[in-house]
Amino acid sequence: MTMNYTEGAPIRDTKAPEGPIEDRWEKRKFSAKLVNPANKRKLHVIVVGTGLAGGSAAATLGELGYNVTSFCYQDSPRRAHSIAAQGGINAAKNYRGDGDSIYRLFYDTVKGGDFRARESNVYRLAQVSVNIIDQAVAQGVPFAREYGGLLDTRSFGGAQVSRTFYARGQTGQQLLLGAYQALERQIAAGTVKMHTRHEMLDLIVADGRARGVIVRDMVTGEIERHTADAVVLATGGYGNVFFLSTNAKGCNTTAIWRAHRRGAYFANPCYTQIHPTCIPVSGDYQSKLTLMSESLRNDGRVWVPVKKGDTRPAAQIPEDERDYYLERIYPAFGNLVPRDIASRAAKNVCDEGRGVGPGGLGVYLDFADAIRRLGRDAVEKKYGNLFEMYERITGEDPYTQPMRIYPAVHYTMGGLWVDYDLQSTIPGLFVIGEANFSDHGANRLGASALMQGLADGYFVLPTTIGDYLANGPYGEVDEDAVAEAETAVRQKIERLLTNDGTRTADSYHRELGKLMWDYCGMERTEESLRKALERIPELREEFWKNVKVSGTADELNQALERAGRVADFFDLAELMCIDALHRTESCGGHFRAESQDADGEALRDDENFAYVAAWEHGAEGPVLHKEALEYEYVKMTQRSYK
Amino acid sequence: MTATIERGNATASINPPGDATADKKTPRRRGGFLNSSPGKKAVMAVTGAVMVLFLVLHMAGNLKSFLGAEEFNAYAASLRTLGEPILPHRTLLTVLEIVLAAALVLHMWAAITLARRAGRARPVRYAVRRKSQAGGYAIHAMRYGGTAIFLFLIWHLLDLTFGTVNPAGGSGTPYERLVEGFAPSRWWVTLFYVLAVLAVGLHLRHGLWSAFQSLGQAGRRSYRGLNAFAVTVSVLMVVGFLAVPAGVMAGVIK
Amino acid sequence: MNLTLKIWRQKDPQDRGRMVTYRVEDVSPDMSFLEMLDVLNERLILEGDEPVAFDHDCREGICGMCGMVINGVAHGEQVATTTCQLHMRHFEDNAVITIEPWRAAPFPVVKDLVVDRSSFDRIIQAGGFISVPAGSAPDAHSVPVKKEDADNAFDAATCIACGACVAACPNGSASLFTAAKITHLSLLPQGQPERESRAKAMVEQMDAEGFGGCTNTGECTAVCPKGIPLDTIARMNRDYLRASK
Repeated sequence: MTMNYTEGAPIRDTKAPEGPIEDRWEKRKFSAKLVNPANKRKLHVIVVGTGLAGGSAAATLGELGYNVTSFCYQDSPRRAHSIAAQGGINAAKNYRGDGDSIYRLFYDTVKGGDFRARESNVYRLAQVSVNIIDQAVAQGVPFAREYGGLLDTRSFGGAQVSRTFYARGQTGQQLLLGAYQALERQIAAGTVKMHTRHEMLDLIVADGRARGVIVRDMVTGEIERHTADAVVLATGGYGNVFFLSTNAKGCNTTAIWRAHRRGAYFANPCYTQIHPTCIPVSGDYQSKLTLMSESLRNDGRVWVPVKKGDTRPAAQIPEDERDYYLERIYPAFGNLVPRDIASRAAKNVCDEGRGVGPGGLGVYLDFADAIRRLGRDAVEKKYGNLFEMYERITGEDPYTQPMRIYPAVHYTMGGLWVDYDLQSTIPGLFVIGEANFSDHGANRLGASALMQGLADGYFVLPTTIGDYLANGPYGEVDEDAVAEAETAVRQKIERLLTNDGTRTADSYHRELGKLMWDYCGMERTEESLRKALERIPELREEFWKNVKVSGTADELNQALERAGRVADFFDLAELMCIDALHRTESCGGHFRAESQDADGEALRDDENFAYVAAWEHGAEGPVLHKEALEYEYVKMTQRSYK
Repeated sequence: MTATIERGNATASINPPGDATADKKTPRRRGGFLNSSPGKKAVMAVTGAVMVLFLVLHMAGNLKSFLGAEEFNAYAASLRTLGEPILPHRTLLTVLEIVLAAALVLHMWAAITLARRAGRARPVRYAVRRKSQAGGYAIHAMRYGGTAIFLFLIWHLLDLTFGTVNPAGGSGTPYERLVEGFAPSRWWVTLFYVLAVLAVGLHLRHGLWSAFQSLGQAGRRSYRGLNAFAVTVSVLMVVGFLAVPAGVMAGVIK
Repeated sequence: MNLTLKIWRQKDPQDRGRMVTYRVEDVSPDMSFLEMLDVLNERLILEGDEPVAFDHDCREGICGMCGMVINGVAHGEQVATTTCQLHMRHFEDNAVITIEPWRAAPFPVVKDLVVDRSSFDRIIQAGGFISVPAGSAPDAHSVPVKKEDADNAFDAATCIACGACVAACPNGSASLFTAAKITHLSLLPQGQPERESRAKAMVEQMDAEGFGGCTNTGECTAVCPKGIPLDTIARMNRDYLRASK
């Protein structure tokens, strides 16, 4: 097999403290140097992104007294895509007394991540989860409550305990507004300076440290330099490399990709989560996919017709001609199997020709039983807003006919490599939330993204970054490094604008996305990945020759914004395919058809692949650095949800 | 595809240069209850309530005309002797008149300042005339209706209080002025009166529940009740006030 | 479907702006409104024209970024729906659709259909929060909250700050937006300590930004994609009056 990469030195130290796992975070907190309160104002931190991670981080750093500058590309920090998270947030509160504990949340997360996450990080996440709920409630987040006035919880995708706190189907919105309000409070207090409609286009690295960012004011087009003592990236995931995903239209990889180009390692780029319950694609004009909360699987039953090519309306298919395939194959978990398993099962039945709806790319999610059992009112109370959303988009009424769902790209577990302190391989560059790779391994459990974003932003980063800042301020930033970064940004913009091509950036993005979905999507093979690796560079070359961007650089120019993002998606796509090709095992969200057991389940290869693949950008192609994963507490087993 | 520019004329006023791009400073907050929009609305609600109470009494008094000239004139006279002998002649009535005048002035002041503020907040009209999504008819007649009522009020005072424009003149008895005022020959005055009463009805239809809302005394549970209350009171007012000219026209009052 | 679009084009805040007419053909009824505009924009770019600038992001009705006045109605005539969730099946073939930006002095036009809503952020800055530093919170179960209060607080908290209420209000009032936040926080026990100062500060900021006053027309709640109820404004008034005593 020809290699498209070289292998470098393994990563040996992740900075996680030694000792019993439950004491490690305490230890780290104590060993982290403290910053003199009087000095905090002199220390300048840039936070890019204002989602759950970035918003909570900027607010907390501001509260602590640091001098914070925050950026977001939206018109308000409240609009970051965390807002769209529906289902809930996990926390090991054990308010139900149903046997939950920090250890169990830790265990479930490591297992759910298919043994590709670090134990130390995950344990800390489970510990901190408890504080998040307290913090959010104190901020006024209106979680669902029971008649006694206490918080309600539900069980959520893959968990057998009821540990998911929720606010109807809008948990992400409510948590983000909590963080946003805390952030606005700091803006009013003058500790945080907010720049909305600003997009980060490059990272300034001087003397080996991250010292600032180059941003573009999206209204005036002005290219601005901002320097600081540390930079925090909270810019989210890169699911939009597939063009169609549940991400917001603006979500992009540019910030982390630029940081990668400047020296930050990119870890496990191929780990992509495909969410099983999205509204199927309806046509080729489609601009994005909409997720239906996974909580629907608590009461909805997933099925397809037993017969191939059965085009009868759902209501006319009798009970014995329906295949409730999740309940059949996974009797213990039924409709609540983890996301990757539910997604692949849906793909399999559709590949067999038993899919429903236009193009046969869909399965039913049926609430008839739930409506019979609980009554329509109860179902409406629980899922009313989701049903409404479904009806609005498809024009079909889910109360009277089953929903049609299909998997869609939803979350990327991969991201910039960070150590236990959430610091990347560039000193002074911290990466939090979905933008890093740290806690979910090869597959994220439902309701854990919100938990991780807020854990990083409210509790972990504010402690660990202090250790780095305690050695600051880091003095003047080398002017040449700043100028070099700015010039690179200007050149790229210039090149895009002067290209008088015949295709739009969106049309290239669409083509790239389809290519990635077909060859590096839910199921990957060596053949498909090699095909992708052949095609991506060709397409990228064509893009740079033939893309057409109208307008000018010094105005609000949405065509230019998109083209710049698509250019970086091309580069990232290539690295994703290389990573997916090199990892010949299947694990979590990465399914290599060559590596499956007799039942068609993902087969890990722990002997050869129990490591984090951290990629360094090299002039001669990517360089792989392996960080070995060791499991002291959770025994590595083949996941089984049967 | 070709883009054809259809209209060259702006419906928009031009934003001051640098408006959206300049580094914006947070506008300075101004304190002061009467400066605030809810403060003005509270003033409007309270003064409106004073005037509604007056209207109820006024209507009750008017209906006395059905009891005959003597009763009606006695009622009119008693207004002037209200509070006697503890207070001098016409004291209480004067006080009430001052309160009413003050309520009217404050009500209009609040309305005018709010309307000007609204005008500044919405300097640009939509090209497509907006349709009411709320479906209220009375709501959109508050400002015009209020102005109409004010104009009527001036006429009304000149006509029936001071008698300046009344055929019976200032020296006639209140009852004479009333009967003369609605004489069939002056049908246009009666028409003006009827329209004004209807305007008052519409004004109250929205104003009554709106006052509760402005004073923060409305809620999800009370909206139905408040609306029913507003409709009932405004209908009673319209019927009560129209009964008198109807009586004159029908010859019941003569 | 074939459509005629009349779209407000304005190069920058200084430009006078004008209506421009476009034809779009072969629109699928399953497209969303924004996807229909995407199609138009793709064609404009290829012709070397500037695409119509409009704000959008999540395209699932929750981020609050999108918003335009469609045929005179904020977010279009479909009730409780953001522009991104409005689908073309609700329009007739050969329809003429007029698209304008939000119109209000505190929402100056940035470009085409994009307006500056930072005034909303400043209203929140004035007091739309509960002051609680990270790590200082008591256990979440230490203060029970009546389910009804929690539910009503949630209803108010679902506001997405799209600005449709301002766009629809004949007074250009931001009362529904401001009241939604005041109501959300004032219904919860955690929000009590700052309840009056919050109402006062937020109302004063709202006025200072140049929004008009509320005259209880109800236009705001009628176009609100989240159906924020009008009683939030009554509560804002009550809290403000209490604070002004």
